[in-house]
Amino acid sequence: MRVNRILQEKESATQTSVDLSLIDPLIKKYKSKKGNMIPILQGTQNFYGYLPAEAFIKISELTGLKLSEMYGVATFYTQFRLNPVGKHIVKVCHGTACHVQNATTISEAIEDALGIKDGETTENGLFTLESVACLGCCSLAPVMMIGDETYAKLTGNQAVKIVKEIKIKEGN
Amino acid sequence: MERTKVLVGLASCGIAAGANKVYNKLKALQEADKLDIEIKKTGCIGMCYREPLVEVIDETGSYLYGEIDEETAVQIFDKHLKQGEPVKDIIVKSDLFECGDDSFWDGQVKIALRNCGIIDPENIDEYEEQGGYKALGKILQEKISQEDVIQTVLDSGMRGRGGGGFPTGMKWRFAFNNKADQKYIICNADEGDPGAFMDRSLLEGDPHVVIEGLAIGAYAIGANEGVIYCRAEYPLAIKRLNIAISQAREKGYLGNDIMGNKGFNFNLFVKEGAGAFVCGEETALMASIEGERGMPRKRPPFPAEAGLWGKPSNINNVETFANIPYILLNGADSFTKYGTEKSKGTKVFALTGKINHGGSVEVPMGISIKDIVFKLGGGIADRKKFKAVQLGGPSGGCIPEYLSDTIVDYDSVNATGAIMGSGGMVVMDETTCMVDIARFFLDFTCKESCGKCTFCRIGTKRMLEILTRITEGEGKEGDIEKLEELAYQIKDNTLCGLGQTAPNPVLTTIKYFRDEYEAHIIDKKCPAKNCKKLLTYIVDPEKCIGCMICAKNCPTNAIDGGRKEAHNIRQDACIQCGMCFSKCKFDAILLS
Repeated sequence: MRVNRILQEKESATQTSVDLSLIDPLIKKYKSKKGNMIPILQGTQNFYGYLPAEAFIKISELTGLKLSEMYGVATFYTQFRLNPVGKHIVKVCHGTACHVQNATTISEAIEDALGIKDGETTENGLFTLESVACLGCCSLAPVMMIGDETYAKLTGNQAVKIVKEIKIKEGN
Repeated sequence: MERTKVLVGLASCGIAAGANKVYNKLKALQEADKLDIEIKKTGCIGMCYREPLVEVIDETGSYLYGEIDEETAVQIFDKHLKQGEPVKDIIVKSDLFECGDDSFWDGQVKIALRNCGIIDPENIDEYEEQGGYKALGKILQEKISQEDVIQTVLDSGMRGRGGGGFPTGMKWRFAFNNKADQKYIICNADEGDPGAFMDRSLLEGDPHVVIEGLAIGAYAIGANEGVIYCRAEYPLAIKRLNIAISQAREKGYLGNDIMGNKGFNFNLFVKEGAGAFVCGEETALMASIEGERGMPRKRPPFPAEAGLWGKPSNINNVETFANIPYILLNGADSFTKYGTEKSKGTKVFALTGKINHGGSVEVPMGISIKDIVFKLGGGIADRKKFKAVQLGGPSGGCIPEYLSDTIVDYDSVNATGAIMGSGGMVVMDETTCMVDIARFFLDFTCKESCGKCTFCRIGTKRMLEILTRITEGEGKEGDIEKLEELAYQIKDNTLCGLGQTAPNPVLTTIKYFRDEYEAHIIDKKCPAKNCKKLLTYIVDPEKCIGCMICAKNCPTNAIDGGRKEAHNIRQDACIQCGMCFSKCKFDAILLS
């Protein structure tokens, strides 16, 4: 139960509108399948990087899934996000192995360097920082993942360097 | 003469260590030189601490190279592959001569992981060459009855490898006995335990063995549909499973009338989990497959009677299924010859933490924890003192150093208060604070509690608050007793495994490390020097060069001293944030 992911009114009002036609094929594919709610939400998030409020309404209208149930599922599972995320999601592993190898230092160093807290996105929309439970690379602890790339045996300084390199590549 | 084979370990851990670059480099060199060798991708052989790994198999034998980067890849290519001269100083294992790391392999018995790191997981032919799908073929050709298959599994003494330890054969029999037009068999690959990656290794390294195990299970209980519920955090495992399923379908190992057997239909799908630890619990997992919030359901009815979509269902763990083809092909005796009286066969462990040789190991049941840590694991990293191992993740507990002769079997481990669990074994040294570890796990279970049972939802929160207070130096007398009382109430009043086992990390640490709790509460000291708020920070005047970095970063301006003068921390102003310690480049900040 991750209450901290519940949508905040303020931010939803400023959301930019999204192209809802992207999810048409997805809805068509899963519409009549049983147990379709999670795959539809997962597919939707793959398009937008998060679950836009408008998408909930559209899915509900076309599939008959109840809004309340969808919201219940979306807030239950850690995978789902209700707010837009940065271009790069920095996932810092906080599994047991990483914890005993000082994963907290990595998070703190990145928080410091980017000026955001866990779960937040930088103002320029470039980075979102997330602590995750376990990335399954325990022997290489502490690790973090940015996109599909996993970085192993980190120190705080190295982690910051990696993030800064991406920042430079993005021309910031 | 057979072509020389080069295997590059490309599981998630290998890729994280840079194996893709090595693979691409070797491929490029081969193409440039038009050298007649075979370069293949394979899974994880378990030696994670030496990743990236490259194995060369030529006509003389096999050579496993460790910690390879692009530079050493060139060396291997130029010397070994082109000139036939192995680069001895970077070889970590060979069947021709002894290597320094051989203790990592001695004592391992590979049954579940037998093909990992050996075959290309994306190629069904290689699995078949290793005897793959022969067990399924044998059952169907020799028309072995469903009862006999179940009896063999019962005779093997196989117990659930997900952690519960319930006899697999018995579970299958329950599902078999419930007659229905539709039954389901489910593979639990929702490996949520932070600190465990055995299932990931297996699915990435040998997906077909799990599929064959599922097909055999489906035959035995009479299921015609199967689901592999896999964590979305394991994209590579999901990709390889999907490849494997479509290959198996093409070859007729899945689908309708399997291997020409009229009426034996079995279809298999991968379902991506959405990130909830509680979904490792059977009934929560089924709720999640049905598209709902993954909340556990009341039992009875048990899944064997009314599980997924209300039909009889059977759930086993990835490692359990990986053992099934071996047992059916070689007979129950081939499995029972390993292990102890009540725990047969082998167990895979993810060996991590403060240890020299971290990786995945498969050992026969009955080996002692000490042997795993010191022989296979190569002892504690940085010559620190061994303190404890944590088994079973958030549901398990810590076994202290003086009980390290405990053998690995379900009953011996349970007797310590820990559980076997799915196989996460995190090694801790003298710098690990046991109160902090208890707090860490409670923080995890508290976040992951689904909220259905009051004692789990609120009880874990209260326990976490007390533990946090203790680690911050605000502990009060009576806290330990309060923790214990809460722990037993949570254990007794919750519906599922998550709640019932959530207090275990706290109870075992109190049991074995009560003195550490007392040091935090009474003396306001953290013996492991881990809890920031309980430390005193002082400057070592010998090492301090007076660079002023700590003083600039100190949020409360508690550090005095000018440029090129040894600094001083005013203890009355220090808030123990640890900033000076992390910023100092000269190790001049001491903790006491």
